[in-house]
Amino acid sequence: MIEVKDLHKSFGDVEVLKGISTTFEKGKTNLIIGQSGSGKTVFLKCLLGLFNFEQGCIAYDGKIFSELSEDEKRDLRGDIGMVFQGSALFDSMTIAENVMFPLRMFTKQSKSEMQDRVDFVLNRVNLSDAHNKKPSEASGGMQKRVAIARAIVNKPKYLFCDEPNSGLDPKTSIVIDNLIKEITEEYDITTVINSHDMNSVMQIGEKIVFLKNGLKEWEGSNKTIFKTDNTAVTDFVYSSELMKKVRQMYIEERQ
Amino acid sequence: MTYLHNIGAYFLMIAEMFRKPTKWSVMKNLIFKDIDDLVIGSLGIIAFISFFVGGVITIQTALNITNPLIPKYLVGFATRQSVILEFAPTFTSVIMAGKVGSFITSSIGTMRVTEQIDALEVMGINSLNYLVFPKAVALMLYPFAIAIGMFLGILGGMAACVYGGFSSLEDYIFGIQTDFIPFHVIYAFIKTFVFAFVLATIPAYHGYYMKGGALEVGKASTTAFVWTSVVVILLNYFLTQMLLS
Repeated sequence: MIEVKDLHKSFGDVEVLKGISTTFEKGKTNLIIGQSGSGKTVFLKCLLGLFNFEQGCIAYDGKIFSELSEDEKRDLRGDIGMVFQGSALFDSMTIAENVMFPLRMFTKQSKSEMQDRVDFVLNRVNLSDAHNKKPSEASGGMQKRVAIARAIVNKPKYLFCDEPNSGLDPKTSIVIDNLIKEITEEYDITTVINSHDMNSVMQIGEKIVFLKNGLKEWEGSNKTIFKTDNTAVTDFVYSSELMKKVRQMYIEERQ
Repeated sequence: MTYLHNIGAYFLMIAEMFRKPTKWSVMKNLIFKDIDDLVIGSLGIIAFISFFVGGVITIQTALNITNPLIPKYLVGFATRQSVILEFAPTFTSVIMAGKVGSFITSSIGTMRVTEQIDALEVMGINSLNYLVFPKAVALMLYPFAIAIGMFLGILGGMAACVYGGFSSLEDYIFGIQTDFIPFHVIYAFIKTFVFAFVLATIPAYHGYYMKGGALEVGKASTTAFVWTSVVVILLNYFLTQMLLS
């Protein structure tokens, strides 16, 4: 579980996060949603410790991140898996080497043990025949799956995903969403996803935090988001024609 | 103020580079890879430039010695001194600031742009130690490349001298042996070690701390080349003052 209390972050005179408090629960897919510029990525980078913040605290299972020493922070990061928006795979390595990388860095496993684990996770993300490809030879969807495999190979306690569906077609997006949800339940980890994809919200949003202008505007789940009267949320959720039609059908069904 | 900030940040980067070392089994492979990319990969251009510049030094010296009282062996002597003292360590390092420096800046800068450095940090890896330290260690072999450059520069001078008809082979060989001071070679290698560290770290600094996209990677490479060259030239002056005067 990750607890965030009164988080403030500024860049110069611009206050990007204006006091966010929330809790991300274990074994659930927690979504941070909001318009571009609402502070989602900054919030995620604060959670990951990539940005320092001026005020507030973040606790990972009770351990307050800002009170940890640099070495303790690095150790904690060993429990974190991250899927970056652009996948962030290492170009110079093959797909298998990319996935094996955290094991080589943090475990004392033999090469055959590491190879077995890599085979297992690549198989888990349906990439059992892509070991020797370079990231540049893989499609966007494959790269995302490799990034997920790399993130989970070392059995993390926390999984962060920054817009895992960006640049993917709707069908591949569903595959990625399902994969993240299955992995979250399978490994009982705390998953935090930064997204503005409404399909993801509907499909895997067990907990949703809606940000607007650096503030938490609304909190709920995919079951409650369609019932809310919060205009900021409804404006965001029903901004596309498709979602407007879905809502219309929902209202008609209720009548 | 920006200059002071950059100088301070550069030295903090150097300090951070030595903290929390990467596992030796991984670091060893990174060092070997960087030796291949940075040193062995530069041997061709160093050999080519050294040979022909050595030849040009010889021709220029020979053409400027018009007084019949000046002995012919002076051509070999002047070539040796020019190549060992300045051309091989300094001139080659400025060229390497372009070749090796832009490679380091663009490779690290691209990793910054594509969030690969963030990925390392999130995993709990000291990205400076992982990315910059192996390059600094690999470039400690740079003096070997410079030694080859010295040899080929003098060899190129000999070829130009003999085949250009400026003096005999015996005169040239006598010239390169005349008044040889072994400390000059040591001085050249001391300079080369310092330049090697500069060649690894200044471009790495510009790549690591760059912000923006692909265009900024190009700009960072150019800036890194300029600053590496400036620092090499300045250090050359101070080291020469300290070691030879």
